[in-house]
Amino acid sequence: MSSSKMKNADEIAITVEFSGGLEMLFSNERKHSLSIPANDQGGSRSNIASLVRYLCQNTMKDPRKDLFVLDGTVRPGILVLINDADWELEGEDKYEIKSGDNILFVSTLHGG
Amino acid sequence: MPPAPCALCKTNRALILRPKDHSKLCKSCFISVFETEIHHTITTNTLFYRGERIAIGASGGKDSTVLASVLKTLNERYDYGVELILLSIDEGIKGYRDDSLETVKRNAKQYDMPLTILGYDELYGWTMDQVVEQVGKKGNCTYCGVFRRQALDRGAARLGVRHVVTGHNADDVAETVLMNLLRGDLPRLSRTTSIVTSTPSAVSSDPNSHTNIKRSKPLKYAYEKEIVLYAHHKNLDYFSTECIYSPEAFRGSARALIKNLERVRPSAILDVVRSGEDMAKLVPGSDVSCERTCSSATPAAEEEGGCGSSNGRTAGGEMANMELQLAQNDVAAEAGLEVEITSSHITSSQLEEHTVKAVQAANGKNGRKKKGLAITPRKNPKQVMGQCKRCGYLSSQEICKACVLLEGLNKNRPKNSIEVDYEVQEKENGVVQCVTNGLTRVHITGD
Ligand SMILES: [Zn+2]
Ligand SMILES: [Zn+2]
Repeated sequence: MSSSKMKNADEIAITVEFSGGLEMLFSNERKHSLSIPANDQGGSRSNIASLVRYLCQNTMKDPRKDLFVLDGTVRPGILVLINDADWELEGEDKYEIKSGDNILFVSTLHGG
Repeated sequence: MPPAPCALCKTNRALILRPKDHSKLCKSCFISVFETEIHHTITTNTLFYRGERIAIGASGGKDSTVLASVLKTLNERYDYGVELILLSIDEGIKGYRDDSLETVKRNAKQYDMPLTILGYDELYGWTMDQVVEQVGKKGNCTYCGVFRRQALDRGAARLGVRHVVTGHNADDVAETVLMNLLRGDLPRLSRTTSIVTSTPSAVSSDPNSHTNIKRSKPLKYAYEKEIVLYAHHKNLDYFSTECIYSPEAFRGSARALIKNLERVRPSAILDVVRSGEDMAKLVPGSDVSCERTCSSATPAAEEEGGCGSSNGRTAGGEMANMELQLAQNDVAAEAGLEVEITSSHITSSQLEEHTVKAVQAANGKNGRKKKGLAITPRKNPKQVMGQCKRCGYLSSQEICKACVLLEGLNKNRPKNSIEVDYEVQEKENGVVQCVTNGLTRVHITGD
């Protein structure tokens, strides 16, 4: 990313989507346009791990956090796609988020 | 991390990491490989024959939606020559199925398949709402689960379709293998592992009986993860319910274990499925496929999936208790039934010998029928072979679970009630085709 140090203090605009039933934990909205801090509290660049913390604190109104996060990471059975790519191909929760990224959380745990 | 190229075409950017072999594939190669593997499953197991009419058990959820999409694609690509129809069950819970049935109606249009929606009221004379009104919220899950297990077979019989395919995937099978392993129930493990769980015509001479419905799971070797990814990358229109988060406790634990294992070692899911198949071979009578299916007193469907969507409505432990109780009744009734039926024909020494066999049978059901048949001639083989006296459904008891539950319900029903028994099934004309009135008001929307 080419943003200067000044910009690091700013926020980055991203799209976060929830599907496969996860949207039910997020006010029944599939698509959320968010501005998240470019850096987390520790000063390092925001990654998926800090995004997940951010979502739990700010976006998720449902109290059942454990349906989204388990043992500090995304609950097993929930797929994470970063710009349509499996997050395992992108460094999982250490992937550093860029402006304009699309992060999709899709549950495989729901029935039909 | 630099983007990895696709392992197959070496050109496009890889977007998918396959759980079974860690290969990295691009979107189009993944879709093609996924479809080809299902095709392989279908052909190597000879699941279909040309001219066959096949009902897809459709809930509007990811599994059955992907199944419908893939089967349509493969039927056209490889010219299977099969006729595919969608069959949906409406439990009759006000508001609950509205969205999923709307999804199924859109799917019918998207895939150009005829759709039939059958309600519990048509199949059993009771909607789930009426059941709840009668029995209360406690334990209504048991009704829903038991009714659901037979609903697709009953529905298919009404449509004159002899083959129902369901969307059970590798994760579902692995989960069931683990559950039965942890319960020490190898015979059931053997049945539920089988890709075809037919209830063959040897059981009944009546071709219209719903015991003759063949069931298969073409997605048996497909990871749930890949099913979801396929639906995502093909932009399929499916609906998710909030049920699986609170299944009965035991199944929930098995499911969580599977998902945790997958994260550590993704191949574990298929490994459990294969282990299940290998263990199934060790179960007496299971090496010959006909023997296995012919002799299974309980259809595999009895164990698959649990109550599913309505589980969220009661506490998990309650459901588990009911399941346990039903399971214990099963074992008791099985041993008891065997003796009861044969005792009038045989001497006391024979009876003693037979009782031993009946007890053995309770531990290994598959050996039971052969031994039983060898000992005594049956007056009415239709019942003794394990059909419900009332509705004809394959059952380990004289009266199947559904009919037992219905009997209780009907007993307490106000006078002008409709009694549901086997006579209802003979009213073939009673089938309600919801295709037309449903589709006219539906417009296709990408979800
Ligand atoms: Zn490719
Ligand atoms: Zn019955």
